[in-house]
Amino acid sequence: MIAPGSEAELAEAIAGAAGPLAVRGGGTRGRVAAGEDLSVAGISGVVLYEPEALTLVARAGTPMAEIEALLDAEGQRLAFEPMDHRMLLGTEGVPTIGGVVAGNVSGPRRIQAGACRDALLGLRFVDGMGQVLKSGGRVMKNVTGYDLVRLLAGSRGTLGVLSEVSLKVLPRPEAAASLRIQGLSDVEAVAALAAALGSPFEVTGAAHSPRGTEGTPETLIRVEGFAESVAYRSERLCALLADRGEIAVETEPGRVAAIWSGLRDVAAFAGRPGDVWRVSVRPSDGPRVGAAVQGAEVIYDWGGGLVWVLAEAGSDLRAALAGISGHASLVRAAPDTAARLRAVPPEPAPVAALSAGLRARFDPRGILNPGLMDG
Amino acid sequence: MQMPEPRADVLARKARILERLGSVLPGRAVIHDPAETRAYECDALTAYRCPPLAVVLPGSTAEVAAVLKVCHEEGVPVVPRGAGTSLAGGAMPTADCVVLGIARMTRVLEIDYEDRIIRVEAGRTNLSVSDAVAERDFFYAPDPSSQLACAIAGNVAMNSGGAHCLKYGVTTNNLLGVTMVLMDGTVVELGGGHLDAAGYDLLGLVCGSEGQLGVVTEATLRILRKPEGARPVLMGFDAVETAGRCVADIIRAGVLPVAIEFMDRICIRATEDFAHAGYPDCAALLIVEVEGAPEEIDAQLGLICQIARRHDPVVLRESASAEESARIWLGRKSAFGAMGRIGDYICLDGTIPVSQLPHVLTRIAEISAAAGLAVGNVFHAGDGNMHPLILFDANKPGDLEKCEAVGAEILKLCVEVGGCLTGEHGVGVEKRELMGVQFSAADLEIQMAVKDVFDPGWLLNPAKVFPLEASRGRREVA
Repeated sequence: MIAPGSEAELAEAIAGAAGPLAVRGGGTRGRVAAGEDLSVAGISGVVLYEPEALTLVARAGTPMAEIEALLDAEGQRLAFEPMDHRMLLGTEGVPTIGGVVAGNVSGPRRIQAGACRDALLGLRFVDGMGQVLKSGGRVMKNVTGYDLVRLLAGSRGTLGVLSEVSLKVLPRPEAAASLRIQGLSDVEAVAALAAALGSPFEVTGAAHSPRGTEGTPETLIRVEGFAESVAYRSERLCALLADRGEIAVETEPGRVAAIWSGLRDVAAFAGRPGDVWRVSVRPSDGPRVGAAVQGAEVIYDWGGGLVWVLAEAGSDLRAALAGISGHASLVRAAPDTAARLRAVPPEPAPVAALSAGLRARFDPRGILNPGLMDG
Repeated sequence: MQMPEPRADVLARKARILERLGSVLPGRAVIHDPAETRAYECDALTAYRCPPLAVVLPGSTAEVAAVLKVCHEEGVPVVPRGAGTSLAGGAMPTADCVVLGIARMTRVLEIDYEDRIIRVEAGRTNLSVSDAVAERDFFYAPDPSSQLACAIAGNVAMNSGGAHCLKYGVTTNNLLGVTMVLMDGTVVELGGGHLDAAGYDLLGLVCGSEGQLGVVTEATLRILRKPEGARPVLMGFDAVETAGRCVADIIRAGVLPVAIEFMDRICIRATEDFAHAGYPDCAALLIVEVEGAPEEIDAQLGLICQIARRHDPVVLRESASAEESARIWLGRKSAFGAMGRIGDYICLDGTIPVSQLPHVLTRIAEISAAAGLAVGNVFHAGDGNMHPLILFDANKPGDLEKCEAVGAEILKLCVEVGGCLTGEHGVGVEKRELMGVQFSAADLEIQMAVKDVFDPGWLLNPAKVFPLEASRGRREVA
């Protein structure tokens, strides 16, 4: 294992690498590529935190827990609500901010507060030749030069290895409430979620679990903010959705947090056999996904636009979803599934050519997590 | 302003190029009469002009593809143009280029309230996107101040911002998909009605690439339900530092206003003379606006005013009606026009960390005094996006150059304190030569390598964004 302790050492390690490198942060997504392990965990620590400017700069290996504790002490948080993969994937290790950014990992609040890539203000990284490069900065508005920040977010270390990231943080609201309607069909549920999301009440979570926690379908809506706002918005949402079923409102902070962290981490699929797919579609197409994967279990997030599917090992979900626009990625795959199906979906030829061209410019030797982003 | 020498071989083939363009477009869509191309010789950076070889106004993605294919085969540079409102010269032509204007492509292709998206042709203006969904109380959030005129194509090219991005983000945060034509005529679809890419975020890369990677012909945009209401509070302070501390305290308190606007004394006075909005004569003025239901607004403004009082404001005026709100915003919205009455000006667009505000304003005052040119400051305080307005006299020889030198010094200051050259206007030709202040040679090289992938011949908007010397080899090999 190569374990640099600084950006300069990281650059040196990559420049001197003789073969493929398997880049990892905290290793919570398991072993992702073939090659010698390159751990970024040693490049750690918060570089700058200005709560009044809503800005955090941290080295890539900084543990998420350290960042969350620091922000929490100032009444702030990362609004994009990244999932913790450990439960779903049965892995250990410590999630790092670099790993979160490299995977553009975003949770239920993505529909309202944006994805990880939307909170990113800038980054520093080392390309496949060992050059230290940067894009963006630490300010909220920045259109100076090409936006490599968005390109690197979600590139899973295949274009460059992140060494430092700067992020916009947001105030942690003082209150939250979670509304629940039971017994809706998938189509009814997504329609109810659309009504809530199309209201002025700033819904920050909109999910549907056909099995629920008690074996009954559960449709869940979250609002957050100042206590008066949460009370007001819950009441208005209840009125708006009154004709769709009986609505229970949970306001106890611990229970609200537990409901949504369970959805965020896809806890319902943890420890159960099968492949786990993550499908992104137009929200109104969500129920079509559910119908097309008969026999599999699904959970809808993002108002129906994100469908988590627990499918029988080896089933080719992409073939089943042909004709529905969007994309399906394998998040957890049995070994023989992984041998047959790519984690990332294939791209149309002209787009695939652009992706390959970029990879060839950023990593001419093809040594950074080779194959990880090949569709 | 230096621009590359026009390619003699292209100029020599003008007749053939026009004929080929005419063969793929309806007759009226190709413009080459010098009287008619004059309207395209500059954008909103009017100090610099150059008539193009020709202007084409295609009406569909297929026609854009056909035009680009011809230009690719003929080796003709192409300058894409939305509505021509760029303040950075992003659509400024060269004598050997074809200006590809997208202004005829304005249709709404799809509105889906359930999925909260709208798909439009990219020539449609920003405000008319919001207008198209206003009947159901929805809107498109990014609101550059040119929103009445500017096109979505230009918004995507420049990743445009606006006054409300503290809460709603900029174009890249509200853009879900594009149809884009590459320089060789290939049509690609990036993104769509779903969120986030499974592969590389090429949509994010294209947004803000200043028309150098492809020509965006259609866009899928996120629309949002309008808030129930919005109301501002106006506050004046006798020191710039106090206003800065007040902004910091508001944000620390967990309030996320939809806008925090700042004006300094020069701008306040100019605006008062012009718009009579009833602003106090003081060192710094803030307009803080929050959204929600009336009760929610009351609660938030109550908290904001409580914070403001701790900083001894010389005036604190909470709006209680739509009329009062309009009056508070009147001055801010006419600030640029008011400054224009005093003289010619250049508007800068650097962003700084908000904690650096007092220091930067002090330094700007020093730079202004040393050069003998007045600088007024009006900007989005919540996100640190400054808009210093440097006054000069266009009729006085040498004044424009002096003004540009002051501008460059202020932008270098922005970078020095941890900020950037441009927050929402883009680099264009205006800030091209300053890129080395913010980026290393290697940083610029990898960006240019990205362009190599999308446009290997460097024909799309080639003389923008990168210092001419840095991009010379690539442009001239082509």
